[in-house]
Amino acid sequence: MFIVDYIKTVYSTCKSLLSGMRLTGYYFFHHKEIITEQYPDVKAVMAERFRGEVVMTHDEKNEHRCTGCTACELACPNATIKIVTKQELQPDGKKKKALETFVYHLELCTMCNLCIVACPTDAIKMAQTFEHSVYDRSQLTKKLNAPGSKLMEGVE
Amino acid sequence: MISLEHISQSIHEALSASLNPTLVLLIEMAIAGILVISLFAVLGLVLVFMERKVSAYMQIRLGPNRVGYKGFAQTAADTLKLLIKEGLTPDGADKFLFNLAPLLVIVVAMLIMAPIAFTKGFQLWDINIGVLYVSAVSSVGVIGILMAGWASNNKYSLLGAMRSGAQIVSYELSAGLSVLTIVILVGSLSINDIIASQQNGWWIFKGHIPVLISFVIFVIAVTAETNRAPFDLAEAESELTAGFHTEYSGMRFALFFLAEYVNIFIVCAIGATLFFGGWMPFHIGSWEEFNHVMDFIPGIVWFFGKIFSLIFLIMWFRWTFPRLRVDQLLNLEWKYLLPIAMFNLLLTTVMAITGFYIK
Repeated sequence: MFIVDYIKTVYSTCKSLLSGMRLTGYYFFHHKEIITEQYPDVKAVMAERFRGEVVMTHDEKNEHRCTGCTACELACPNATIKIVTKQELQPDGKKKKALETFVYHLELCTMCNLCIVACPTDAIKMAQTFEHSVYDRSQLTKKLNAPGSKLMEGVE
Repeated sequence: MISLEHISQSIHEALSASLNPTLVLLIEMAIAGILVISLFAVLGLVLVFMERKVSAYMQIRLGPNRVGYKGFAQTAADTLKLLIKEGLTPDGADKFLFNLAPLLVIVVAMLIMAPIAFTKGFQLWDINIGVLYVSAVSSVGVIGILMAGWASNNKYSLLGAMRSGAQIVSYELSAGLSVLTIVILVGSLSINDIIASQQNGWWIFKGHIPVLISFVIFVIAVTAETNRAPFDLAEAESELTAGFHTEYSGMRFALFFLAEYVNIFIVCAIGATLFFGGWMPFHIGSWEEFNHVMDFIPGIVWFFGKIFSLIFLIMWFRWTFPRLRVDQLLNLEWKYLLPIAMFNLLLTTVMAITGFYIK
């Protein structure tokens, strides 16, 4: 019958609306269990596999493992890495190619991880940082090897 | 005991003692205007903050908590930002109507304040057709919205305004009919008479189920009339960017924003007056002692408490329900609310004639 259906519709509508309101009302009075992250106060710890930016690892003696082989530069699909090398005089009188500057363009990087895979000496790795915003684009071009750092003993 | 009635009385007497009646009237009008404008400003700040906090808590967030103590200065900062922004008028817009629309909307909101009784003897204009006046003037607001949508020369604005027109015109019917149930029971259109009739209990308790139904219809209809979600088709951020106020910026936008919140306040004030006894404290029939204890809380506290509870209810709707489609919106009004309201009106009339309600 029409009138029965009508009343049923009204009843079921009211019921479903009220159940929705019950849920939001519950949330309103139980606001301690907030699900949002209080970002600047509490910063998230990113997962190990998260790719934030490429960094070069240095040990406590300020030595890195980069030989300047340019494998990463060749592996990079969009010219993010530029390796500048120099000729260094060895104690035995021979000259040897060594890293002068590891230029990394964060603004071009797609975090594809190919450079890290290509590196034969594990000199670079992906960091878990994510706050990359700066006021000027030039600040995104980074020099990865620390000033005064040199190649670690025994890394060929 | 100091009350708002005494303060207004003594101001009136102090003015009439030294000035002629016309000047007294003008000065009193100016005072009333300043009071209304400052009430609007405070309401805007408080209600926007309340809305943001309520929405945050309902969505298990924290809401604004950076500016000032626990974020209390957030809306003041937002208003300051709007004040120093440029008020743009688009090139193709009808300049006169475009600038007139926000004013019209806010003026209508101010006009409705006139017959609202805040506490005993504290009312701007005691007219014997208060409820009729409110429902008549509140429908002028839609002209402001249509004006804004039309003058913006923007298809989204026009769509929003047209939707809003269809919506407000339809929902006014059921809002009016639900108001009428109380008018039938009281037998008067005057706001003061309606409040006085609730001396021994509010209508929501005295009027049995018909008044309860008409209260539900009233709340739904006024939510639609103030263009609030789930009936915010006129604005519909996700479909029409902002509907009728897409093209507005700076203080003109702020006026629309303010008018929305002031309108919520006003409809909740009307709802509180009709169904919850306005400033009348919570009285139960002939329990003299209980009633006397309740009288110690001033009327203004009761009134604002009721208003803010109703505002919370409307905010609760907004942050729970999804937006309706236009056809669903009109279905709800014409197929459900209006027939139920009419039947309910009939029921109330029978109830009033037979005297089957708590007198």
